[in-house]
Amino acid sequence: MLDFAALLPYSHVFIHGLITTVEISLLATVLGLVLGVTFAVARQYGATWLSRVVNVYVELIRNTPFIVQLFFIFFGLPSIGFKLSAWEAGTIAMVVNLAAYSTEIIRAGLASTPKGQWEAGKVLGLSFKQTLFRVVIIPAIEKIYPALTSQCIIVMLGSAVLSQISVQDLTYAANFVQSRNFRSFESYLVTAFLYLFLAILMRKAFNLIGKRLFSYRAER
Amino acid sequence: MIEFSNYDIIRNLLIATQWTVLLSLAAFAGGISVALCLTAARLTKNPALAGLIKLYVEVFQGTPLLMQMFLCFFGLSLVGLNISAWNAAVLSLTLFTSAFLVEIWRGCIDTLPKGQWEASRCLGLSFLQTLRYVVLPQAFKVALAPSIGFSVQVVKGTALASVIGFVELTKAGTMLNNATFEPFKVFAFVALIYFALCYPLSLTSKILEKKFNVSR
Repeated sequence: MLDFAALLPYSHVFIHGLITTVEISLLATVLGLVLGVTFAVARQYGATWLSRVVNVYVELIRNTPFIVQLFFIFFGLPSIGFKLSAWEAGTIAMVVNLAAYSTEIIRAGLASTPKGQWEAGKVLGLSFKQTLFRVVIIPAIEKIYPALTSQCIIVMLGSAVLSQISVQDLTYAANFVQSRNFRSFESYLVTAFLYLFLAILMRKAFNLIGKRLFSYRAER
Repeated sequence: MIEFSNYDIIRNLLIATQWTVLLSLAAFAGGISVALCLTAARLTKNPALAGLIKLYVEVFQGTPLLMQMFLCFFGLSLVGLNISAWNAAVLSLTLFTSAFLVEIWRGCIDTLPKGQWEASRCLGLSFLQTLRYVVLPQAFKVALAPSIGFSVQVVKGTALASVIGFVELTKAGTMLNNATFEPFKVFAFVALIYFALCYPLSLTSKILEKKFNVSR
């Protein structure tokens, strides 16, 4: 009944889709985390109004579905003058989404920093910036690193939705193939496992980066 | 051509919202039931069962919900079951929800000190009695906030049912967009309705978290 051989002629379609998914996810993860750190600092240490603005952004994104955000950016923004390609809209949606979630996660890490570290930094003559980047930020990220990793993986998996605005990602490839050979179950099953593989790979990569990033522990 | 006023758009969206709410409730109820069974199975400390549950969680957390929905919708029709979009959505959301809940609850039960199990044993409580009178009342308190927090993910997950053709809030939004050509307005309304559904849940979860953290 199952005929996986029917997928073989389309392997290049899957590979192309896989590459697109990896590209977009990588870009969105990097940009999303950079923005996340920035917003988290603004939310935790910024002026009251700035903190509030970031909070509204975070709550708006966290309480609406990704697919609606995507449609809003891809269909809604062009109607008020921002023309975006599917690829651009998809990437922006993922960055905006991950930035909101990672802001909340990283903020929790920053909030758990003992007050004494800030005071010690001040006493040693470090400026706010120096204390933040040389003392506080890395241990703060280390504390919430597992949650951050999971969130990045969730956003990567969420990229499957980009196929709905015709980004030619892995899910798009699966849809394309099953519309050609009518082997929907096989096509989606293989794709699901490719995503699982990506998720596991991503966790491994994050663990490796984590080891490098938090290597100061080993030096002691 | 029919003209859609703002009132018409919102009225139609609210009608569709009922289906989003219903689907969320069905999926969450289903997810809780399956997760309870899985948690019970895990508590038997059978290594084979524990391994299977771990695999289950890994597979459903490591693949996109959209893919799970496609597999339920297209896959089950392949084996001869004619499954409706509603059934496929409920089924896939149930599996997805249970995989996350079982993992959340695992954390809640495992935070209880092992000594409590041993103490209950000494007091002559059976396994089920320990569970009923010692473990669950405490675990329930800890689990409530994150479970409600996760229900937000379920409500948002129902939006993907629009992709397999189930007419809920998001699908109604795309249909109204096709009729009105006002995507900015329509999707802003859609997003606001989702926000109105999800934000109270997020807030409840946050308040409960604070409350129980203080009491412990």
